[in-house]
Amino acid sequence: MMKRIQTLGFYALVAATALFFVFTESFAGTFGFIIIFGLPYFLMNDLPPYATAAEKIGKYAFLSLCTLIFIFLILPILVIIPLSFNAEPYFSFTEGMMALDPSAYSTRWYEDIVRFGMTAPDGTENWWSDMWNNATWIRAMRNSFWYALCATILATGIGTLAALGLSRPEMPYRSAITSLLISPMIVPLVITATGMFFFYSQKNVFPFFPDGLINRDIGIILAHTTLGVPFVIITVTATLTGFDRSLIRASQGLGASGWTTFTKVIMPLIIPGMISGALFAFITSLDEVVAVIFLADVDQRTIPRQMFSGLREQISPTILAVATILVIMSVLLLTTLELLRRRSERLRGLSPG
Amino acid sequence: MKLTKLLASTAVGAAIAFGASSAAFADGHAKELTVVSWGGAYTKSQVEAYHKPFIAKTGVNIKSEDYNGGIAEIKAQVEAGNVTWDIVDVELSDAIRACDEGLLETIDHSTLPAGADGTPAKEDFIKGTLYDCAVANIVWTTIFAYDKSKITGDAPKTMADFFDTKKWPGKRGLRKGAKVNLEFALIADGVPAKDVYSVLATPEGVDRAFAKLDTIKGDVVWWEAGAQPPQLLADGEVLMTTAYNGRIFNAVAGEGKPFEIVWDGHVWDLDLWVIPKGAKNKDTALEFLKFSTGTEPLAKQASFISYGPARKSSAPLVGKYHNKDIDMGPQMPTAPENLTNAVQNNFEFWADNADQLNERFNAWLAK
Amino acid sequence: MSDAALGTNHSANNGAASEPLIAADGIPLKQKLAKTTRRMKMQAFLLTVPLVLFLLVSFVLPIGQMLYRSVHNPTGSNVMPNFAVAIKNWDGQGLPSEEIFEVFVKDMALARKNREVGKTIGNLATRVNYEIPGARSLFTKSARRAGRITEGPYKEALFAIDKRWENPHIWLTLQRVTKDFTAAFYLAATDQKYDEAGNIVWADELYQIYLPILWKTIWLSALITALCFIIAYPVAYLLSTLPLRTSNLLMILVLLPFWTSLLVRTSAWIAMLQTEGIINNIFVYLGFISDENRIQMIYNMTGTVIAMVHILLPFMILPLYSVMKTIPPSYMRAARSMGASGTYSFVKVYFPQTVPGIAAGTLLVFILAIGYYITPALVGGNDGLLISNLIADHIKKTLNWSLGAALGTILLTVVLIFYWLYNKLVGVDNLKFG
Repeated sequence: MMKRIQTLGFYALVAATALFFVFTESFAGTFGFIIIFGLPYFLMNDLPPYATAAEKIGKYAFLSLCTLIFIFLILPILVIIPLSFNAEPYFSFTEGMMALDPSAYSTRWYEDIVRFGMTAPDGTENWWSDMWNNATWIRAMRNSFWYALCATILATGIGTLAALGLSRPEMPYRSAITSLLISPMIVPLVITATGMFFFYSQKNVFPFFPDGLINRDIGIILAHTTLGVPFVIITVTATLTGFDRSLIRASQGLGASGWTTFTKVIMPLIIPGMISGALFAFITSLDEVVAVIFLADVDQRTIPRQMFSGLREQISPTILAVATILVIMSVLLLTTLELLRRRSERLRGLSPG
Repeated sequence: MKLTKLLASTAVGAAIAFGASSAAFADGHAKELTVVSWGGAYTKSQVEAYHKPFIAKTGVNIKSEDYNGGIAEIKAQVEAGNVTWDIVDVELSDAIRACDEGLLETIDHSTLPAGADGTPAKEDFIKGTLYDCAVANIVWTTIFAYDKSKITGDAPKTMADFFDTKKWPGKRGLRKGAKVNLEFALIADGVPAKDVYSVLATPEGVDRAFAKLDTIKGDVVWWEAGAQPPQLLADGEVLMTTAYNGRIFNAVAGEGKPFEIVWDGHVWDLDLWVIPKGAKNKDTALEFLKFSTGTEPLAKQASFISYGPARKSSAPLVGKYHNKDIDMGPQMPTAPENLTNAVQNNFEFWADNADQLNERFNAWLAK
Repeated sequence: MSDAALGTNHSANNGAASEPLIAADGIPLKQKLAKTTRRMKMQAFLLTVPLVLFLLVSFVLPIGQMLYRSVHNPTGSNVMPNFAVAIKNWDGQGLPSEEIFEVFVKDMALARKNREVGKTIGNLATRVNYEIPGARSLFTKSARRAGRITEGPYKEALFAIDKRWENPHIWLTLQRVTKDFTAAFYLAATDQKYDEAGNIVWADELYQIYLPILWKTIWLSALITALCFIIAYPVAYLLSTLPLRTSNLLMILVLLPFWTSLLVRTSAWIAMLQTEGIINNIFVYLGFISDENRIQMIYNMTGTVIAMVHILLPFMILPLYSVMKTIPPSYMRAARSMGASGTYSFVKVYFPQTVPGIAAGTLLVFILAIGYYITPALVGGNDGLLISNLIADHIKKTLNWSLGAALGTILLTVVLIFYWLYNKLVGVDNLKFG
């Protein structure tokens, strides 16, 4: 009986999809229809034998709800990808785009990333150096990556060290110190940035920088390091929680020096945590805009800072083109993280796969 | 372990590569100048009329930057002792305040060049355009404009029409802030242009202005950058919007947009050059200031955007829009026919009351 | 390493001892243990020292300085050092004496000539103007003429420049302003002020902005947290009950937004919600609304709430998921087999076990929401602005830094209270991602 209802349900779904397509003649709409009604259907896994028909319907409703939530989560991010190929200077789908008319799509906004701000975008002489030095978005990208790289190295270095200390069982005042080290993540960015803005603009306080740290690369790098540190602490301590401390004793018992123990035993185990911490620190810096707004000059503009003023002042799909590139980067980062997680679990023998 | 080494070497390698490229980026031309202005069509007109001839004459490498007004950046740079802006185009009230707070270099008016007709600078500049720390280049104004193609019946003609959402239903664009909006509201409410500031100086006047703004509050789209209003009109986001007159003119003359300017009740103001205290290229900045406020560059700028030159001797030289047969004269905020019901922005009033009125404006907005 | 030290380090120095618990080297074991523990504690602590020092300089001191700035504003005594001393002990009755007026006029003339940043008459004018609108022009105008007053009576000379100097209110204000420490900015930050007689009163209702926005920030954050909870709970439940392979796949849908730039997600919501945007297009297409009556969903509170719920949702799903994963499904089955209804067993058996995850998620989301700046600044329009936006405005636009600092301190206090609560209920060590 149950089996029959399920088979019937499947046919009903297929028929409804077909009808939907016939009536609307929209590929995108039909695709959406399949996802909204099909996904819950496929997620319906075995219910216990005592489940009533009402419970089955309830479960289907629950799964539909979850599907809608997943769509809510992912749709906005997916939507910007086709929009970035808009031939028109708008943030919305044109009729041509809906009809999949090739002329409604273009890569002009991607070209704009490179050309915007160049002194002679159509010139041939010194085109590359013009692009590298003057194109607004290129400059922003260079700044962003440079700051993110420096901040990541700093944050991962001192963050890992501190995490090693924090995860030792004999660490004094652990909770208080952890709260302090995590607080840059908790304190509102505006407050942190305001404080830094006042502090970094002081004269004759900082060695090597008598004029203060504001409107300089160093100020932003310090700010981003501060903001990235909590993530390193969290991920590295998380790796160390499952850490079997008898391995250290075993290593020492076999005559290894402290340094050898660290590089041969501890490092390989915490490396995945360090890398995911570093990735977090990297993305935090790459994504950070409030501190940049407060501490940076035009010369220090980063990608998100440029997007921020673009969204405030002159919305153009160039922002969406940049956003698409950033989404692709997030996908790559996410994949790396997932691979690391699996490696870490395998190493620590937590799970088979 | 391989992984560690690989990562470490990648990081170091990348750091060196970036560092090297940044260093290569730093050494450029010998003489540089950072000129900061309001962006869009306005900066473009300055590039054509000031920057290009100045570069041709002196060989200085000009870096042009955009901002949205205010003295926050200047203050931050001067107080931090790291002044990267050499010369900035500011509004009058900001120039006065920044000068009062010691953020600007003073400018000796006797060093300004005489007009092309030989009139000494002090007389050649229109009265009220020279200040201790600032020299005006243009007269600009905030007007309201609408999209002709969207209005079929009667066209709006007065400031009161802007506030009439019954007759012309649709969104309105206004600059986010108390300044100019309160003046507009009073004019729309029937206050003659010459009395606007005396009414606004009373608490009842302020209440009256806010009450008038209340009537359209639900229909307002607020803008912040000068480039936004033409965009809002073009995108159909608003039916009418306040805007800087030059921006609308350029959208019409340059891009053929069907916009119409309404001059009734406009509030005009000055834009002035100032040099932040401790500017790295102060001498070049001063040279640029003298050059750009000369008779000819000012007149030339007026052929790219409809802002009035600050020198009397430039006026006769203002001809047509640079590549079209459009007389610039009637497009100027200072053209007599445009001044029949106009207000000059009272910088002193705003210096005194901006803090309080903006607070009230923000409270009003958030409600 | 430390464990090994127990046996090898010190050679025996005491020979035999009478007490029972003695290490190989003769030191009492208890003492030795204490010493080793202390050393290990020290080692652990030393590892954290570089970071603690770094954060002290780059984070704690800056915030401390901000707190200081909210009560310390030396503009008055910087601009008019002699007058600040002279008026300090004035009793506040009527007008100050002729001597004080003399010092004032002379200081003013000096300040007028001063072009040093932070010490010009314009700085003082700005400071006083916060308390008495209109004072700026009074100061700049009077300062211009003060240089010409060379002899007394100074009082009359000043009155001749402007009648407003006859008002005791201005002198009371000047007495307050020339003190380096002030509570004035906290008053302003809580919509209060000094009245003409120097009493603390509420600001006119039309000018009240900070407290209403603070309340709005708090309740909007609560609303966003509640919405996040309602949306996250079923998803986390689903993810925790699905087979690992499927749940890992679906987890990508949660993690990808989490890893995507905030600015990207905010631009995406602008594309989704604007009047010509995707949601409105779908509604028009489906016939819910007509083309002319598109719904305004962005540049207002609705836009802020939707975008922020989306951005903060992963911070709710992840802690819930990690707690739910540890709940054995057999508990529910047991409840059911004993005759409890589905709802009953959920409420009585399942839900209570997820409370730690709920506490972690809600507090984290609330804390993050209350300090949000970027998203409200971009999609908030007028009624979707939060307290952070006002702080940024005072730092970046109006340049009333002390007021910005005072508002920041108030916000920081609210956040720290919730952080403390989080620490108490959840523990910072339990913070995890992914």
